[in-house]
Amino acid sequence: MSVAKRIIPCLDVNDGRVVKGINFIELKDAGDPVEIARSYNEQGADELTFLDITASSDDRGLLFDIIEKVANQIFIPLTVGGGVRNCDDIRNLLNSGADKVGINTSAILNPNFVSESSSRFGSQAIVVAIDAKKVDDHYEVFTHGGRNATGIDAIKWAKKMADFGAGELLITSMDRDGTKTGFDNKLMRSISNTVDIPIIASGGVGTLKHLVDGVKEGLADAVLAASIFHYGEYSILEAKKYMHQHGIEMRL
Amino acid sequence: MIAIIDYGIGNLKSVHNAVRYIAPKIPSEVSSDPDFIKKADKVIFPGQGAMPDCIKELDKRGLRDIVIESAKKKPFLGICLGLQLLFEKSEEGNVDGFGIFEGKIKKFQPQKQERIKIPHMGWNKVQQSKNHPLWKNISSGSSFYFVHSFYAADVKKEYVTGTTDHGGEFTCAIAKDNIFAAQFHPEKSSELGLQLLDNFISWKV
Repeated sequence: MSVAKRIIPCLDVNDGRVVKGINFIELKDAGDPVEIARSYNEQGADELTFLDITASSDDRGLLFDIIEKVANQIFIPLTVGGGVRNCDDIRNLLNSGADKVGINTSAILNPNFVSESSSRFGSQAIVVAIDAKKVDDHYEVFTHGGRNATGIDAIKWAKKMADFGAGELLITSMDRDGTKTGFDNKLMRSISNTVDIPIIASGGVGTLKHLVDGVKEGLADAVLAASIFHYGEYSILEAKKYMHQHGIEMRL
Repeated sequence: MIAIIDYGIGNLKSVHNAVRYIAPKIPSEVSSDPDFIKKADKVIFPGQGAMPDCIKELDKRGLRDIVIESAKKKPFLGICLGLQLLFEKSEEGNVDGFGIFEGKIKKFQPQKQERIKIPHMGWNKVQQSKNHPLWKNISSGSSFYFVHSFYAADVKKEYVTGTTDHGGEFTCAIAKDNIFAAQFHPEKSSELGLQLLDNFISWKV
């Protein structure tokens, strides 16, 4: 017996509404974050992740509203990522009811932001998101949805972020994202074997078997998925049962 | 009246949200005012982050005495670091806790037989070591949400109320008289976590 592997659905938020993840079930109000969060909670989601894709930073207030509404009614861990630039952003998100924040580009621009924020808010609140892509025979960190190379080795970066106080790492393979061909388990395994903190695998899930592979081959502690849940292909409970049948400890 | 002790560490909002959700009619406040905490019928003592920082912040606000006093008399619920602070000593920063429970807070260590991740993060099963009013309507073996790197060791058997396995069994819930403390986060443990908080709210010591 040990800690269960987690399934985390990821929801995209724009201007205060959920814009991806709205087709999976008959909802009265398809974009209502509370209704969606409640539905995922009832299906057995272990955590929820909101990714803010709002283009204009003026509309940030709407995101806080969403987090607040969800946190008032749904009592599982909430992670919020997207556009987190400084400690004030983190403070505001936590005050709205988020439990963890995802930091990506800002960590690359200033790695000390990770150590500073984890010592201020606790490492349990800091998730460092790493977008990696295969370049020749190694993995490199990319930004801007995989368009901009940073020249940073992804495995070394993961180690550095763990040393700087990240509580967990969200690893997305930009090669696999959106392809439905499964996680890049070599990437996941290399990082999981390098750090002691939990890692969340992301990018490429198309079938339930991919989730099992992410844990067994990628050694992920949690799996993040969007489209397979959003479009009703599988419910979270189905996914958990399938993983459990394949010998993985799950919360059922 | 329920006081949730605020000493500037971590996110107390989720604890307060959960309490208000279960008991909208019972007044509850996140507070660092010793007078308010003194007046409260019940006290929740949460905590996140590092233990030395927590103690520093508690002392900065002059809250140490009121925490210890509350733990002596009224229904008292420690959560996460709020459990760890009740012990004698912690390896984290080598600081002294309040010594209400004998035992020491230790860090999880990498295991040879079974690889474990540190922090222990996620849902894990809690085995109930004994009956307690706060376990009402919760079966032994139910899952709760954890996130921590340190745990209580050498706890006297009579106080061990729940255990969990993470590279070996450890004490995740303790109780003595009017005190119950959990290493996991009921406020983040969905329906069963709310049940535990509800049990605390209706707990008559």
